[in-house]
Amino acid sequence: MSAVATYFKNIFHALYTVLVGMKITGSRLFKRSVTIQYPYVKKAIPERARNRLYVNIDDCIGCNQCGMACPVDCITIDTIKSTPDVDLGMTSKNTKKRLYIAKFDIDFAKCCFCGLCTYPCPTECIYMTDVYEYSEYERRNLIYSFATMTPEEIEMAEAKLKQYEAEQAAKKSAPPIPPKPSQPSNPSDGSTAS
Amino acid sequence: MVEFLQNIFTNDIVITVLLSAIPLVFIIAYVLVVLYTEMKISAHIQDRLAYMITGWHGVLQPIADMVKLLLKEDIIPERADRLLFRLAPYITFAATYATYAVIPFSSIYIGANIQLGAFFILASSSLVVIGILMAGWSSNNKWSLIGGLRSAAQMISYEIPTALAIIIAVVITGSMNLQDVTIFQDGGIQNWLIFGGPFPLTKKLLLLPFTIITFIILFIASIAEVNRTPFDLPEAESELVQGFFTEYSGLRFAMFYLSEYANLFVVSAVVVSLFLGGWSSPFGSFMSGPVWGIFWFVTKSYLLVMLQIWIRWTLPRIRVDQLMHVSWKVLTPWLFVCLLAVGGILVMV
Repeated sequence: MSAVATYFKNIFHALYTVLVGMKITGSRLFKRSVTIQYPYVKKAIPERARNRLYVNIDDCIGCNQCGMACPVDCITIDTIKSTPDVDLGMTSKNTKKRLYIAKFDIDFAKCCFCGLCTYPCPTECIYMTDVYEYSEYERRNLIYSFATMTPEEIEMAEAKLKQYEAEQAAKKSAPPIPPKPSQPSNPSDGSTAS
Repeated sequence: MVEFLQNIFTNDIVITVLLSAIPLVFIIAYVLVVLYTEMKISAHIQDRLAYMITGWHGVLQPIADMVKLLLKEDIIPERADRLLFRLAPYITFAATYATYAVIPFSSIYIGANIQLGAFFILASSSLVVIGILMAGWSSNNKWSLIGGLRSAAQMISYEIPTALAIIIAVVITGSMNLQDVTIFQDGGIQNWLIFGGPFPLTKKLLLLPFTIITFIILFIASIAEVNRTPFDLPEAESELVQGFFTEYSGLRFAMFYLSEYANLFVVSAVVVSLFLGGWSSPFGSFMSGPVWGIFWFVTKSYLLVMLQIWIRWTLPRIRVDQLMHVSWKVLTPWLFVCLLAVGGILVMV
Protein backbone atom coordinates (compact mmCIF):
# COMPACT_ATOMS: atom_id res chain seq x y z
CA MET A 1 0.00 0.00 0.00
CA SER A 2 1.39 3.37 -0.84
CA ALA A 3 2.53 5.74 1.86
CA VAL A 4 -0.27 8.17 1.17
CA ALA A 5 -2.91 5.50 1.53
CA THR A 6 -1.32 4.28 4.75
CA TYR A 7 -1.30 7.82 6.08
CA PHE A 8 -5.00 8.30 5.52
CA LYS A 9 -5.83 4.83 6.71
CA ASN A 10 -3.99 5.47 9.96
CA ILE A 11 -5.82 8.71 10.58
CA PHE A 12 -9.24 7.24 10.06
CA HIS A 13 -8.35 4.14 12.03
CA ALA A 14 -7.21 6.32 14.91
CA LEU A 15 -10.39 8.38 14.92
CA TYR A 16 -12.57 5.32 14.63
CA THR A 17 -10.90 3.50 17.52
CA VAL A 18 -11.14 6.58 19.69
CA LEU A 19 -14.86 6.67 19.08
CA VAL A 20 -15.24 2.97 19.82
CA GLY A 21 -13.35 3.44 23.08
CA MET A 22 -15.48 6.38 24.04
CA LYS A 23 -18.62 4.39 23.40
CA ILE A 24 -17.43 1.67 25.76
CA THR A 25 -16.45 4.02 28.55
CA GLY A 26 -19.56 6.10 28.00
CA SER A 27 -21.77 3.07 28.40
CA ARG A 28 -20.00 2.02 31.56
CA LEU A 29 -20.56 5.48 32.94
CA PHE A 30 -24.22 4.77 33.26
CA LYS A 31 -24.04 1.23 34.57
CA ARG A 32 -24.37 0.54 38.26
CA SER A 33 -21.10 0.24 40.16
CA VAL A 34 -20.19 -2.94 41.93
CA THR A 35 -18.74 -1.28 45.00
CA ILE A 36 -20.40 -1.96 48.35
CA GLN A 37 -20.09 0.69 51.01
CA TYR A 38 -18.20 -1.26 53.61
CA PRO A 39 -18.87 0.07 57.07
CA TYR A 40 -22.57 0.43 56.38
CA VAL A 41 -23.04 -2.67 54.24
CA LYS A 42 -21.15 -5.84 55.05
CA LYS A 43 -20.86 -8.89 52.91
CA ALA A 44 -21.72 -12.23 54.52
CA ILE A 45 -18.64 -14.33 55.11
CA PRO A 46 -18.56 -18.09 54.62
CA GLU A 47 -20.00 -20.40 57.24
CA ARG A 48 -16.79 -22.07 58.36
CA ALA A 49 -14.59 -18.99 58.09
CA ARG A 50 -11.52 -19.01 60.31
CA ASN A 51 -11.46 -15.71 62.16
CA ARG A 52 -11.10 -14.76 65.81
CA LEU A 53 -10.88 -17.66 68.29
CA TYR A 54 -13.21 -18.13 71.20
CA VAL A 55 -12.66 -20.29 74.26
CA ASN A 56 -15.52 -21.58 76.37
CA ILE A 57 -13.59 -21.61 79.61
CA ASP A 58 -16.17 -23.72 81.46
CA ASP A 59 -15.30 -26.66 79.24
CA CYS A 60 -11.54 -26.29 79.33
CA ILE A 61 -9.69 -29.09 81.10
CA GLY A 62 -6.30 -27.37 80.89
CA CYS A 63 -4.60 -30.08 78.85
CA ASN A 64 -2.58 -27.49 76.81
CA GLN A 65 -3.02 -29.48 73.60
CA CYS A 66 -3.98 -26.25 71.86
CA GLY A 67 -0.94 -24.46 73.21
CA MET A 68 1.34 -27.22 72.01
CA ALA A 69 -0.28 -27.33 68.59
CA CYS A 70 -0.02 -23.59 67.94
CA PRO A 71 2.74 -22.91 65.38
CA VAL A 72 3.36 -19.35 66.56
CA ASP A 73 2.99 -19.95 70.31
CA CYS A 74 0.27 -17.46 70.86
CA ILE A 75 -1.62 -19.50 73.51
CA THR A 76 -0.36 -19.39 77.09
CA ILE A 77 -1.99 -21.59 79.69
CA ASP A 78 -1.22 -21.79 83.40
CA THR A 79 -3.00 -24.38 85.51
CA ILE A 80 -3.14 -25.25 89.19
CA LYS A 81 -3.83 -28.76 90.35
CA SER A 82 -6.92 -29.05 92.44
CA THR A 83 -7.05 -31.02 95.65
CA PRO A 84 -9.19 -34.14 95.79
CA ASP A 85 -11.74 -32.60 98.08
CA VAL A 86 -12.75 -29.93 95.54
CA ASP A 87 -15.33 -30.63 92.86
CA LEU A 88 -14.63 -28.49 89.77
CA GLY A 89 -17.52 -29.87 87.83
CA MET A 90 -17.95 -31.80 84.62
CA THR A 91 -17.22 -30.79 81.07
CA SER A 92 -19.81 -31.06 78.34
CA LYS A 93 -18.36 -34.39 77.34
CA ASN A 94 -19.02 -35.68 80.84
CA THR A 95 -15.44 -35.91 82.04
CA LYS A 96 -14.30 -34.64 85.38
CA LYS A 97 -12.27 -31.43 85.48
CA ARG A 98 -9.20 -31.68 87.62
CA LEU A 99 -7.32 -28.45 86.99
CA TYR A 100 -7.97 -24.83 87.82
CA ILE A 101 -7.25 -22.59 84.80
CA ALA A 102 -5.30 -19.68 86.26
CA LYS A 103 -4.33 -18.07 82.94
CA PHE A 104 -5.52 -18.67 79.40
CA ASP A 105 -4.14 -15.91 77.16
CA ILE A 106 -4.35 -15.81 73.41
CA ASP A 107 -2.26 -13.11 71.70
CA PHE A 108 -4.17 -12.17 68.57
CA ALA A 109 -1.28 -10.13 67.25
CA LYS A 110 0.46 -13.44 66.71
CA CYS A 111 -2.42 -15.70 65.81
CA CYS A 112 -2.18 -16.81 62.21
CA PHE A 113 -5.71 -18.24 62.00
CA CYS A 114 -4.54 -21.67 60.95
CA GLY A 115 -7.05 -23.45 63.18
CA LEU A 116 -4.55 -26.07 64.32
CA CYS A 117 -5.49 -25.43 67.94
CA THR A 118 -9.11 -26.35 67.41
CA TYR A 119 -8.50 -29.92 66.29
CA PRO A 120 -6.78 -31.46 69.35
CA CYS A 121 -9.11 -29.99 71.96
CA PRO A 122 -10.81 -32.94 73.71
CA THR A 123 -13.89 -30.97 74.70
CA GLU A 124 -14.05 -28.70 71.62
CA CYS A 125 -14.03 -25.64 73.83
CA ILE A 126 -11.78 -23.59 71.52
CA TYR A 127 -13.27 -22.74 68.16
CA MET A 128 -13.08 -20.11 65.44
CA THR A 129 -15.82 -17.54 65.11
CA ASP A 130 -16.58 -15.21 62.21
CA VAL A 131 -15.52 -12.00 63.94
CA TYR A 132 -12.96 -10.08 61.85
CA GLU A 133 -13.35 -6.51 62.97
CA TYR A 134 -11.46 -6.24 66.22
CA SER A 135 -8.67 -3.74 65.59
CA GLU A 136 -7.26 -1.99 68.62
CA TYR A 137 -5.25 1.15 69.13
CA GLU A 138 -2.73 -0.48 71.43
CA ARG A 139 -1.05 -3.78 70.87
CA ARG A 140 -1.48 -5.02 74.42
CA ASN A 141 -5.25 -4.83 73.97
CA LEU A 142 -4.93 -7.66 71.52
CA ILE A 143 -3.97 -10.13 74.24
CA TYR A 144 -7.29 -11.68 75.18
CA SER A 145 -7.60 -13.39 78.58
CA PHE A 146 -10.21 -16.07 78.78
CA ALA A 147 -9.55 -17.31 82.32
CA THR A 148 -12.04 -16.17 84.94
CA MET A 149 -10.13 -16.68 88.18
CA THR A 150 -9.51 -13.58 90.26
CA PRO A 151 -6.05 -13.13 91.81
CA GLU A 152 -7.45 -13.94 95.26
CA GLU A 153 -8.89 -17.19 94.00
CA ILE A 154 -5.60 -18.09 92.38
CA GLU A 155 -3.74 -17.39 95.62
CA MET A 156 -6.18 -19.46 97.58
CA ALA A 157 -5.94 -22.37 95.16
CA GLU A 158 -2.17 -22.25 95.17
CA ALA A 159 -2.05 -22.06 98.93
CA LYS A 160 -4.43 -24.97 99.21
CA LEU A 161 -2.37 -27.00 96.81
CA LYS A 162 0.80 -26.25 98.71
CA GLN A 163 -0.78 -27.25 101.95
CA TYR A 164 -2.10 -30.48 100.49
CA GLU A 165 1.25 -31.36 99.03
CA ALA A 166 2.96 -30.59 102.30
CA GLU A 167 0.58 -32.94 104.03
CA GLN A 168 1.22 -35.64 101.45
CA ALA A 169 4.95 -35.20 101.81
CA ALA A 170 4.73 -35.29 105.58
CA LYS A 171 2.76 -38.50 105.39
CA LYS A 172 5.34 -40.12 103.16
CA SER A 173 8.36 -39.16 105.21
CA ALA A 174 6.93 -39.97 108.68
CA PRO A 175 8.59 -42.98 110.42
CA PRO A 176 6.77 -46.13 109.54
CA ILE A 177 4.37 -47.19 112.24
CA PRO A 178 5.82 -50.40 113.75
CA PRO A 179 3.61 -53.34 112.89
CA LYS A 180 1.51 -54.45 115.82
CA PRO A 181 3.26 -57.50 117.35
CA SER A 182 1.12 -60.58 116.82
CA GLN A 183 -0.11 -62.16 120.11
CA PRO A 184 2.25 -65.05 121.16
CA SER A 185 0.25 -68.27 121.40
CA ASN A 186 -0.68 -69.10 125.04
CA PRO A 187 1.22 -72.24 126.02
CA SER A 188 -1.60 -74.31 127.52
CA ASP A 189 0.15 -77.68 127.42
CA GLY A 190 2.97 -76.49 129.60
CA SER A 191 5.71 -76.62 127.02
CA THR A 192 7.69 -73.47 127.14
CA ALA A 193 10.37 -72.39 124.83
CA SER A 194 13.26 -71.22 126.82
CA MET B 1 -20.62 46.22 32.80
CA VAL B 2 -17.92 48.86 32.91
CA GLU B 3 -20.51 51.64 32.66
CA PHE B 4 -22.64 50.01 35.32
CA LEU B 5 -19.70 49.90 37.70
CA GLN B 6 -18.63 53.39 36.77
CA ASN B 7 -21.94 54.66 38.03
CA ILE B 8 -21.33 53.12 41.43
CA PHE B 9 -17.64 53.70 42.02
CA THR B 10 -15.78 56.66 40.66
CA ASN B 11 -12.33 55.31 41.26
CA ASP B 12 -10.97 53.59 38.17
CA ILE B 13 -8.63 51.39 40.14
CA VAL B 14 -11.47 49.90 42.14
CA ILE B 15 -13.40 49.18 38.97
CA THR B 16 -10.41 47.46 37.40
CA VAL B 17 -9.78 45.36 40.45
CA LEU B 18 -13.41 44.29 40.62
CA LEU B 19 -13.57 43.43 36.94
CA SER B 20 -10.40 41.38 37.13
CA ALA B 21 -11.46 39.61 40.30
CA ILE B 22 -14.62 38.19 38.78
CA PRO B 23 -12.86 35.43 36.82
CA LEU B 24 -10.85 34.57 39.92
CA VAL B 25 -13.99 33.98 41.92
CA PHE B 26 -15.32 31.99 39.01
CA ILE B 27 -12.14 29.89 38.81
CA ILE B 28 -12.29 28.99 42.47
CA ALA B 29 -15.93 27.99 42.34
CA TYR B 30 -15.38 26.12 39.09
CA VAL B 31 -12.36 24.20 40.39
CA LEU B 32 -14.36 22.82 43.28
CA VAL B 33 -17.05 21.65 40.89
CA VAL B 34 -14.70 20.21 38.31
CA LEU B 35 -12.66 18.31 40.87
CA TYR B 36 -15.79 16.62 42.08
CA THR B 37 -16.99 15.98 38.54
CA GLU B 38 -13.71 14.49 37.47
CA MET B 39 -13.51 12.17 40.42
CA LYS B 40 -17.07 10.99 40.06
CA ILE B 41 -17.00 10.54 36.30
CA SER B 42 -13.68 8.74 36.38
CA ALA B 43 -14.97 6.50 39.16
CA HIS B 44 -18.21 5.57 37.44
CA ILE B 45 -16.42 4.85 34.20
CA GLN B 46 -14.28 2.41 36.13
CA ASP B 47 -17.29 0.80 37.82
CA ARG B 48 -16.49 2.13 41.23
CA LEU B 49 -17.89 4.81 43.49
CA ALA B 50 -15.69 7.60 44.75
CA TYR B 51 -16.14 9.86 47.76
CA MET B 52 -19.31 8.77 49.46
CA ILE B 53 -18.57 9.81 53.03
CA THR B 54 -17.98 13.56 53.20
CA GLY B 55 -21.31 15.19 52.52
CA TRP B 56 -24.00 13.52 50.46
CA HIS B 57 -22.15 11.34 47.94
CA GLY B 58 -19.01 13.25 48.72
CA VAL B 59 -19.85 16.77 47.54
CA LEU B 60 -17.77 18.32 50.32
CA GLN B 61 -14.68 16.34 49.40
CA PRO B 62 -13.06 18.97 47.11
CA ILE B 63 -13.21 21.42 49.99
CA ALA B 64 -11.52 18.84 52.20
CA ASP B 65 -8.87 18.31 49.53
CA MET B 66 -8.15 22.01 49.28
CA VAL B 67 -7.94 22.36 53.05
CA LYS B 68 -5.53 19.44 53.17
CA LEU B 69 -3.31 21.00 50.52
CA LEU B 70 -3.26 24.28 52.38
CA LEU B 71 -2.22 22.63 55.63
CA LYS B 72 0.62 20.55 54.21
CA GLU B 73 4.23 21.20 55.06
CA ASP B 74 6.09 23.25 52.51
CA ILE B 75 9.13 21.24 51.45
CA ILE B 76 11.81 22.73 49.26
CA PRO B 77 14.59 20.33 48.20
CA GLU B 78 17.96 21.28 49.58
CA ARG B 79 19.80 21.82 46.32
CA ALA B 80 16.85 23.30 44.48
CA ASP B 81 17.18 26.71 42.92
CA ARG B 82 15.13 28.52 45.52
CA LEU B 83 14.05 31.58 43.59
CA LEU B 84 12.91 29.71 40.51
CA PHE B 85 11.30 27.01 42.60
CA ARG B 86 9.15 29.51 44.40
CA LEU B 87 8.38 31.59 41.35
CA ALA B 88 7.30 28.84 38.99
CA PRO B 89 3.77 28.12 40.26
CA TYR B 90 2.90 31.80 40.30
CA ILE B 91 4.09 32.39 36.76
CA THR B 92 2.12 29.41 35.52
CA PHE B 93 -1.02 30.54 37.26
CA ALA B 94 -0.59 34.17 36.25
CA ALA B 95 -0.19 33.20 32.60
CA THR B 96 -3.29 31.04 32.73
CA TYR B 97 -5.24 33.72 34.50
CA ALA B 98 -4.18 36.36 32.01
CA THR B 99 -5.98 34.42 29.33
CA TYR B 100 -9.23 34.88 31.20
CA ALA B 101 -9.09 38.59 30.51
CA VAL B 102 -10.21 38.31 26.91
CA ILE B 103 -12.89 35.67 27.18
CA PRO B 104 -16.43 36.89 26.71
CA PHE B 105 -18.47 35.38 29.47
CA SER B 106 -21.52 37.27 28.43
CA SER B 107 -22.59 40.07 26.15
CA ILE B 108 -22.01 42.60 28.87
CA TYR B 109 -18.92 41.23 30.51
CA ILE B 110 -15.55 40.81 28.97
CA GLY B 111 -12.49 41.53 31.06
CA ALA B 112 -10.56 43.47 28.43
CA ASN B 113 -12.27 44.24 25.17
CA ILE B 114 -9.13 44.35 23.04
CA GLN B 115 -9.12 43.89 19.30
CA LEU B 116 -6.38 41.25 19.45
CA GLY B 117 -8.11 38.82 21.77
CA ALA B 118 -7.21 35.58 20.02
CA PHE B 119 -3.62 36.62 19.54
CA PHE B 120 -3.31 37.54 23.19
CA ILE B 121 -4.55 34.10 24.19
CA LEU B 122 -1.89 32.40 22.10
CA ALA B 123 0.79 34.64 23.54
CA SER B 124 -0.09 34.18 27.18
CA SER B 125 -0.55 30.44 26.93
CA SER B 126 3.05 30.31 25.78
CA LEU B 127 4.05 31.87 29.09
CA VAL B 128 2.76 28.74 30.78
CA VAL B 129 5.62 26.87 29.14
CA ILE B 130 8.11 29.11 30.92
CA GLY B 131 6.55 28.38 34.28
CA ILE B 132 6.68 24.65 33.61
CA LEU B 133 10.30 24.75 32.51
CA MET B 134 11.22 26.68 35.63
CA ALA B 135 9.46 24.11 37.77
CA GLY B 136 11.14 21.20 36.04
CA TRP B 137 14.62 22.69 36.15
CA SER B 138 14.64 24.11 39.63
CA SER B 139 13.45 20.93 41.29
CA ASN B 140 16.92 19.44 40.98
CA ASN B 141 15.36 16.16 40.04
CA LYS B 142 16.06 14.18 36.85
CA TRP B 143 12.47 13.17 36.38
CA SER B 144 11.10 16.65 36.87
CA LEU B 145 13.58 17.93 34.33
CA ILE B 146 12.55 15.33 31.79
CA GLY B 147 8.91 16.13 32.46
CA GLY B 148 9.50 19.84 32.07
CA LEU B 149 11.39 19.47 28.80
CA ARG B 150 8.80 17.10 27.37
CA SER B 151 6.10 19.53 28.33
CA ALA B 152 7.88 22.41 26.65
CA ALA B 153 8.31 20.40 23.45
CA GLN B 154 4.70 19.32 23.50
CA MET B 155 3.21 22.71 24.16
CA ILE B 156 5.32 24.41 21.54
CA SER B 157 4.45 21.80 18.95
CA TYR B 158 0.77 22.04 19.62
CA GLU B 159 0.70 25.82 19.54
CA ILE B 160 0.93 25.62 15.74
CA PRO B 161 -2.32 23.73 15.16
CA THR B 162 -4.01 25.87 17.79
CA ALA B 163 -2.87 29.05 16.10
CA LEU B 164 -3.88 27.84 12.66
CA ALA B 165 -7.33 26.79 13.82
CA ILE B 166 -7.84 30.14 15.49
CA ILE B 167 -6.72 31.83 12.29
CA ILE B 168 -9.32 29.92 10.32
CA ALA B 169 -12.06 31.07 12.67
CA VAL B 170 -10.73 34.62 12.54
CA VAL B 171 -10.64 34.54 8.72
CA ILE B 172 -14.28 33.51 8.56
CA THR B 173 -15.46 36.15 10.99
CA GLY B 174 -13.02 38.90 10.15
CA SER B 175 -12.07 39.92 13.68
CA MET B 176 -9.75 38.66 16.41
CA ASN B 177 -11.88 40.08 19.16
CA LEU B 178 -13.64 37.13 20.71
CA GLN B 179 -16.66 39.22 21.59
CA ASP B 180 -17.12 40.12 17.90
CA VAL B 181 -16.75 36.49 16.91
CA THR B 182 -19.46 35.55 19.37
CA ILE B 183 -21.80 38.29 18.21
CA PHE B 184 -21.19 37.10 14.64
CA GLN B 185 -22.53 33.69 15.63
CA ASP B 186 -25.55 35.02 17.49
CA GLY B 187 -29.03 33.96 16.52
CA GLY B 188 -29.39 30.26 16.93
CA ILE B 189 -27.62 26.99 16.52
CA GLN B 190 -27.53 27.17 12.74
CA ASN B 191 -25.32 30.22 12.97
CA TRP B 192 -22.55 28.56 14.89
CA LEU B 193 -19.25 28.40 13.07
CA ILE B 194 -19.06 24.67 13.47
CA PHE B 195 -22.07 24.40 11.23
CA GLY B 196 -20.65 26.80 8.68
CA GLY B 197 -21.54 30.18 10.11
CA PRO B 198 -24.34 32.66 9.41
CA PHE B 199 -24.05 32.49 5.64
CA PRO B 200 -26.44 31.58 2.85
CA LEU B 201 -26.92 27.88 2.34
CA THR B 202 -24.47 27.16 -0.47
CA LYS B 203 -21.61 28.92 1.28
CA LYS B 204 -22.50 27.18 4.49
CA LEU B 205 -22.51 23.74 2.93
CA LEU B 206 -19.18 24.40 1.28
CA LEU B 207 -17.65 25.64 4.52
CA LEU B 208 -19.19 22.97 6.69
CA PRO B 209 -16.70 20.08 6.25
CA PHE B 210 -13.75 22.39 6.78
CA THR B 211 -15.09 23.98 9.91
CA ILE B 212 -15.95 20.63 11.41
CA ILE B 213 -12.44 19.37 10.75
CA THR B 214 -11.03 22.57 12.21
CA PHE B 215 -13.14 22.22 15.31
CA ILE B 216 -11.98 18.63 15.87
CA ILE B 217 -8.36 19.56 15.35
CA LEU B 218 -8.63 22.57 17.65
CA PHE B 219 -10.15 20.39 20.32
CA ILE B 220 -7.36 17.82 20.03
CA ALA B 221 -4.70 20.51 20.09
CA SER B 222 -6.25 22.12 23.13
CA ILE B 223 -6.18 18.83 25.02
CA ALA B 224 -2.48 18.70 24.21
CA GLU B 225 -1.98 22.26 25.38
CA VAL B 226 -3.22 21.47 28.85
CA ASN B 227 -1.23 18.27 29.21
CA ARG B 228 -4.19 15.96 29.59
CA THR B 229 -4.24 12.31 28.65
CA PRO B 230 -3.69 11.10 25.99
CA PHE B 231 -1.07 13.84 25.83
CA ASP B 232 0.02 13.84 29.44
CA LEU B 233 3.63 12.84 28.94
CA PRO B 234 4.81 15.69 31.16
CA GLU B 235 2.84 14.33 34.05
CA ALA B 236 3.02 10.70 33.14
CA GLU B 237 1.96 9.44 36.48
CA SER B 238 3.36 6.00 36.11
CA GLU B 239 6.69 7.11 34.69
CA LEU B 240 7.67 10.36 36.27
CA VAL B 241 5.81 10.27 39.56
CA GLN B 242 4.12 13.58 38.99
CA GLY B 243 6.32 14.93 36.24
CA PHE B 244 7.54 18.45 36.53
CA PHE B 245 5.77 19.13 39.78
CA THR B 246 7.01 16.11 41.70
CA GLU B 247 8.83 18.16 44.30
CA TYR B 248 6.01 20.51 45.04
CA SER B 249 3.79 20.08 48.05
CA GLY B 250 1.09 21.96 49.83
CA LEU B 251 0.14 25.39 48.53
CA ARG B 252 2.57 25.36 45.61
CA PHE B 253 1.10 22.09 44.39
CA ALA B 254 -2.34 23.57 44.82
CA MET B 255 -1.32 26.47 42.54
CA PHE B 256 -0.20 24.08 39.81
CA TYR B 257 -3.31 22.00 40.20
CA LEU B 258 -5.48 25.12 40.10
CA SER B 259 -3.73 26.38 37.01
CA GLU B 260 -4.13 23.03 35.28
CA TYR B 261 -7.88 23.08 35.77
CA ALA B 262 -8.12 26.77 34.97
CA ASN B 263 -6.22 26.12 31.75
CA LEU B 264 -8.61 23.31 30.96
CA PHE B 265 -11.53 25.68 31.22
CA VAL B 266 -9.83 28.41 29.24
CA VAL B 267 -9.05 26.28 26.21
CA SER B 268 -12.59 24.89 26.26
CA ALA B 269 -13.87 28.45 26.51
CA VAL B 270 -11.82 29.49 23.51
CA VAL B 271 -13.14 26.58 21.46
CA VAL B 272 -16.68 27.42 22.54
CA SER B 273 -16.32 31.10 21.74
CA LEU B 274 -14.88 30.46 18.34
CA PHE B 275 -16.90 27.53 17.11
CA LEU B 276 -19.84 26.83 19.33
CA GLY B 277 -21.36 30.26 19.62
CA GLY B 278 -19.96 31.50 22.92
CA TRP B 279 -22.69 32.93 25.08
CA SER B 280 -25.39 32.88 22.44
CA SER B 281 -28.36 30.63 22.99
CA PRO B 282 -28.90 27.78 20.53
CA PHE B 283 -32.56 28.62 20.30
CA GLY B 284 -32.14 32.06 18.82
CA SER B 285 -33.96 34.58 20.94
CA PHE B 286 -35.56 32.16 23.39
CA MET B 287 -33.56 32.01 26.63
CA SER B 288 -31.13 34.68 25.52
CA GLY B 289 -30.02 37.80 27.28
CA PRO B 290 -27.06 38.97 29.32
CA VAL B 291 -27.61 36.67 32.26
CA TRP B 292 -28.67 33.70 30.14
CA GLY B 293 -25.47 34.32 28.22
CA ILE B 294 -23.40 33.39 31.23
CA PHE B 295 -25.43 30.25 31.71
CA TRP B 296 -25.00 29.13 28.10
CA PHE B 297 -21.34 29.95 28.03
CA VAL B 298 -20.53 28.10 31.22
CA THR B 299 -22.70 25.14 30.23
CA LYS B 300 -21.11 24.73 26.84
CA SER B 301 -17.58 25.06 28.18
CA TYR B 302 -18.35 22.67 30.95
CA LEU B 303 -19.69 20.12 28.50
CA LEU B 304 -16.44 20.33 26.62
CA VAL B 305 -14.54 19.91 29.87
CA MET B 306 -16.56 16.79 30.59
CA LEU B 307 -15.77 15.54 27.11
CA GLN B 308 -12.09 16.00 27.90
CA ILE B 309 -12.53 14.04 31.13
CA TRP B 310 -14.29 11.29 29.22
CA ILE B 311 -11.44 11.09 26.72
CA ARG B 312 -8.93 11.04 29.53
CA TRP B 313 -10.34 7.84 30.90
CA THR B 314 -10.67 6.18 27.52
CA LEU B 315 -7.32 6.49 25.88
CA PRO B 316 -3.78 5.40 26.80
CA ARG B 317 -0.92 7.81 26.68
CA ILE B 318 0.86 8.34 23.37
CA ARG B 319 4.62 8.17 22.98
CA VAL B 320 6.69 11.26 22.45
CA ASP B 321 7.53 10.44 18.83
CA GLN B 322 3.88 9.70 18.09
CA LEU B 323 3.07 13.01 19.71
CA MET B 324 5.36 14.87 17.36
CA HIS B 325 4.08 12.91 14.40
CA VAL B 326 0.49 13.81 15.22
CA SER B 327 1.25 17.47 15.60
CA TRP B 328 3.55 18.14 12.70
CA LYS B 329 2.49 15.56 10.18
CA VAL B 330 -1.23 15.26 10.71
CA LEU B 331 -2.78 18.28 12.38
CA THR B 332 -0.77 21.00 10.70
CA PRO B 333 -1.11 19.85 7.05
CA TRP B 334 -4.83 19.29 7.41
CA LEU B 335 -5.20 22.76 8.86
CA PHE B 336 -3.24 24.28 5.97
CA VAL B 337 -5.60 22.58 3.55
CA CYS B 338 -8.60 23.84 5.54
CA LEU B 339 -7.20 27.35 5.61
CA LEU B 340 -6.67 27.41 1.86
CA ALA B 341 -10.12 25.96 1.23
CA VAL B 342 -11.87 28.35 3.62
CA GLY B 343 -10.03 31.33 2.18
CA GLY B 344 -10.88 30.26 -1.34
CA ILE B 345 -14.56 29.71 -0.55
CA LEU B 346 -14.89 33.04 1.20
CA VAL B 347 -13.32 34.85 -1.71
CA MET B 348 -15.10 33.14 -4.52
CA VAL B 349 -18.59 32.42 -3.25
